Amino acid sequence: MWNWIQRFSSPKHFYSMSVPLIKWLSISALLIGLYGLYLGLFVAPTDYQQGESYRIIFIHVPAAWMSLFVYMVMAISSGIGIIWQIRLADMVAAASAPIGASFAFLALVTGSLWGKPMWGAYWVWDARLTSELILLFLYLGYMALQSAIDDQRSADKASGLLAIVGVVNIPIIHYSVEWWNTLHQGATVTKFDTPSMHIDMLIPLLLMALAFKLFYATIVLMRTRNEALYRDRNRRWVRELVEKL
Amino acid sequence: MLKAFYHLLVRDLRLAMRNRHELINPLIFFVLVVSLFPLAITPTPDALQAMAPGVIWVSALLAVLLSLDRIFKLDYEDGSLDQLMLSPNPLMILVLAKVFAHWLLTGLPLVIIAPLLGMFMSLPAEAITVLIYSLLLGTPVLSLVGAIGVSLTVAVNRGGVLLSLIILPLYIPILIFGANAVDVAMHGSSVKGQLLFLGAMLALSLSLAPLATAVALRITAAR
Amino acid sequence: MNWSEFFNMGGYAFYVWSSYALALVIILANIVSPLMQRKKVIKRIKRTLKREQLEREQL
Repeated sequence: MWNWIQRFSSPKHFYSMSVPLIKWLSISALLIGLYGLYLGLFVAPTDYQQGESYRIIFIHVPAAWMSLFVYMVMAISSGIGIIWQIRLADMVAAASAPIGASFAFLALVTGSLWGKPMWGAYWVWDARLTSELILLFLYLGYMALQSAIDDQRSADKASGLLAIVGVVNIPIIHYSVEWWNTLHQGATVTKFDTPSMHIDMLIPLLLMALAFKLFYATIVLMRTRNEALYRDRNRRWVRELVEKL
Repeated sequence: MLKAFYHLLVRDLRLAMRNRHELINPLIFFVLVVSLFPLAITPTPDALQAMAPGVIWVSALLAVLLSLDRIFKLDYEDGSLDQLMLSPNPLMILVLAKVFAHWLLTGLPLVIIAPLLGMFMSLPAEAITVLIYSLLLGTPVLSLVGAIGVSLTVAVNRGGVLLSLIILPLYIPILIFGANAVDVAMHGSSVKGQLLFLGAMLALSLSLAPLATAVALRITAAR
Repeated sequence: MNWSEFFNMGGYAFYVWSSYALALVIILANIVSPLMQRKKVIKRIKRTLKREQLEREQL
């Protein structure tokens, strides 16, 4: 079993294995995304309270979910990298950070674009937006630490540990921000809460969320391949491979 | 084990006593930053009161942040950190001793001087009492969590900004509950919940942060 | 439904379409960035290989 994991997670093996994966993941992300967009923009009914502006939800919520999901992936694979010394896991964590950060940014900007017609201001200290902002800070800290340490191995381990500490803190941060928000902004009902959603709105939302995750899987594989090439640049398999290109 | 803890604690305290001016720098910083706010905004007591909890807590947090380096920097530079890691005692205990020393040297003085700042900001007496309690429970958490950050960045050149970048987001829950406790006390309500939360954070970080710091130190030393 | 009504988004066109446009930009950037990265890495490795070959020939 152990040998099998070791062999399977070798960068060389991963590099060749990932080609068909990327192909199928990207195709399904594209198809599901297009279908979700179609349902979201053309089929889903107009919201009786927010009019058409609610259609931002099909971008905003999947992006927010994904930024949280990617942070979890980062922390888990960092843990695997630290505990079992599997290099591939470190590469996945490092490759995930820029993707997660960009989607946290997307969630923030779309949230603020949604907030303008709803609240009359581009930025309101809403609990979800605030939590998302802090999540973006966590991503930026991770990336800053990763790039500040020259030695690749200890950069991975150090930023990986930070990701794990961050993941322990995320629920605490989330809870305290939510609590803080109810205290100070009892008047503003959070507009991003849609407790009873029309099924025709829910389906495109879930489809878009799935498409975003498939997209992440595609991109993280592409980035991990690059990391594998770069980190193994002095090993034989990379040299032989590059010579053939 | 207890002996090692005690010896390391005494050693750190003694070393700090040798250059005392470095000890009071965070304190001066704390007082200075808080007194900037009346100058920048307005000296009317009502306005000061409204922002006092936040201002005092943010300044305390920054003062701790600026002094965090002290936990491991010198030991890293003169090599005694490597010695610590070779010691047969569990690294977590040694980390705990160092963090405790740091808190005694920076957190505790901040707590002691806080009433003065409360008066500067025209806080009522009961709010000042709660301010002391909240700082007493909150500043050890700042030192404990900060130690993780320092041990990750101690080998990085000019790691100061980096340290604040990775640590400040983790300080947010403490800031929220600490400042809110004072705010609520000012309006005469019960602050039990807030103080209990700070206590829970202290218990959590007391049990987990030394472990994470020990792992981080081993990572830093491995280069 | 006609198209101009669709693009108007009930008066919220600016907010809705800038959100979707930004999403498109970020998705494209996420696709382009690893492709560029790959090119750069391969170029760098090729340069090293070439340099080593030259050194071997000189010996």
